[in-house]
Amino acid sequence: MNTPYYQSQDLKKFKNISDWSPELGEKFFEYYASVFEESALTAREKSLIALAVAHTVQCPYCIDAYTQDGLERGIDKQEMMEAVHVAAAIRGGASLVHGVQMMEVYQKRSM
Amino acid sequence: MATKSLKGRVHALAESSKQLTFLSNGIFAPGGLPTFKEKLETLPADALRPKKLEILQMNLGYMCNQVCAHCHVDAGPDRKEMMSRETLSYCLQILKQTPVTTLDLTGGAPEMHPDFRWFVAEAASIGVEDFIVRSNLTILRANKKYYDLPHFFKKHGIHVVSSLPFYKKEKTDRQRGEGVFSQSIQALQALNDVGYGQQGSKLLLDLVYNPSGAFLPANQQALEHDFKKALKKDFDIDFHRLFTITNLPISRFLEYLIASENYEDYMHRLVEAFNPAAVANVMCTNTLSVGWDGSLYDCDFNQMLDLKVASPVQHIKDFDLAQLQAREICISQHCYGCTAGAGSSCQGSVL
Ligand code: SF4
Ligand code: SF4
Repeated sequence: MNTPYYQSQDLKKFKNISDWSPELGEKFFEYYASVFEESALTAREKSLIALAVAHTVQCPYCIDAYTQDGLERGIDKQEMMEAVHVAAAIRGGASLVHGVQMMEVYQKRSM
Repeated sequence: MATKSLKGRVHALAESSKQLTFLSNGIFAPGGLPTFKEKLETLPADALRPKKLEILQMNLGYMCNQVCAHCHVDAGPDRKEMMSRETLSYCLQILKQTPVTTLDLTGGAPEMHPDFRWFVAEAASIGVEDFIVRSNLTILRANKKYYDLPHFFKKHGIHVVSSLPFYKKEKTDRQRGEGVFSQSIQALQALNDVGYGQQGSKLLLDLVYNPSGAFLPANQQALEHDFKKALKKDFDIDFHRLFTITNLPISRFLEYLIASENYEDYMHRLVEAFNPAAVANVMCTNTLSVGWDGSLYDCDFNQMLDLKVASPVQHIKDFDLAQLQAREICISQHCYGCTAGAGSSCQGSVL
């Protein structure tokens, strides 16, 4: 059978991770809910951060969930795309900044 | 975007019985998601019952200058159903006789009804605490004959409740049609100009937000804050409150859900977000809805599904408050739209 590794309906089963380790699972979900509560950052800002991070960790479930969350919060597509670019910039920058290391090694070993 | 109603397109979903059949099968067939009835059975027996009648909502007819993609009324320029003067007069009598405190006129675009101004003047002279006209805004700019409506509303102390799906152009126009946003902005400015929506003003101007797609509305307060900030900054518009309304899987929104393959996910979301605390305050607990032909319904949604009140009294001409209050409310899976999250009613979230 040819079953894809990722299936969208699995997102609905996320809670099931508590089944095999209830205490840790519950602690995680409680923590998760607290993290996203409106506090020093607004819930809207947190949603956009989550969307950006979702793209960094390339989690299709999180991308699905936080695109929908953004829609519900009235975050528009331009804002969402800008958040993805923030993720891409940091990610790309993180690669590029290692170029300094490459340059140093190159220079040290070259005559 | 379609330019005709489902009825005008002779679409299968134009028939309410087809919609009800659809809503009771598929994912809600035995063994699937719980039906709304099953869900209610997990609550105390009287969880969903008519309480004191406070709101009379009258649907003056299905004619509208717009053909919004999400419309649960299936309204449009091609719909000709309209309330007769006789039925309008029955409603006036009921207003005099009953303790109803809110009169809520809707449609279609109620302003297009030929007797609209006559009726508003008559009803206003009876004096209800809160006299609402649900305006789609663009009608105020659609034709010169409507340009003076802001003054007319002011004269009769009308509480204007207007739909504006978003504070930006793109989403608004996608849901409601090209040009709708800028016309709506002009209409809001015209209402502001005569004094509507100003802080401390008795001329109430509230906005209605409903999601432009297959998702639920966010927190009402947060959205109100965003709307206020953006409309003030970009267009110098003031308004009082924002009501968030969940789209119910009825009529053209149901058509959209099915065609875009969002139906199952959307219904899952609604069922998942079922909030027992919202049940006690849904609209049908304090409202009666009068259809264009004088038939009585628990709410405007049931009207569109042709689910008449489960009572010996089914028409406004036979109105009997005691008998109507004793009725059971007719339900189906569309009711999940009213009880999801913070709940949804014509006055926004219910919690
Ligand atoms: S949603 Fe309102 S404005 Fe749009 S077509 Fe329906 S009745 Fe008319
Ligand atoms: S759809 Fe109508 S009958 Fe059903 S819960 Fe909502 S208001 Fe009540």
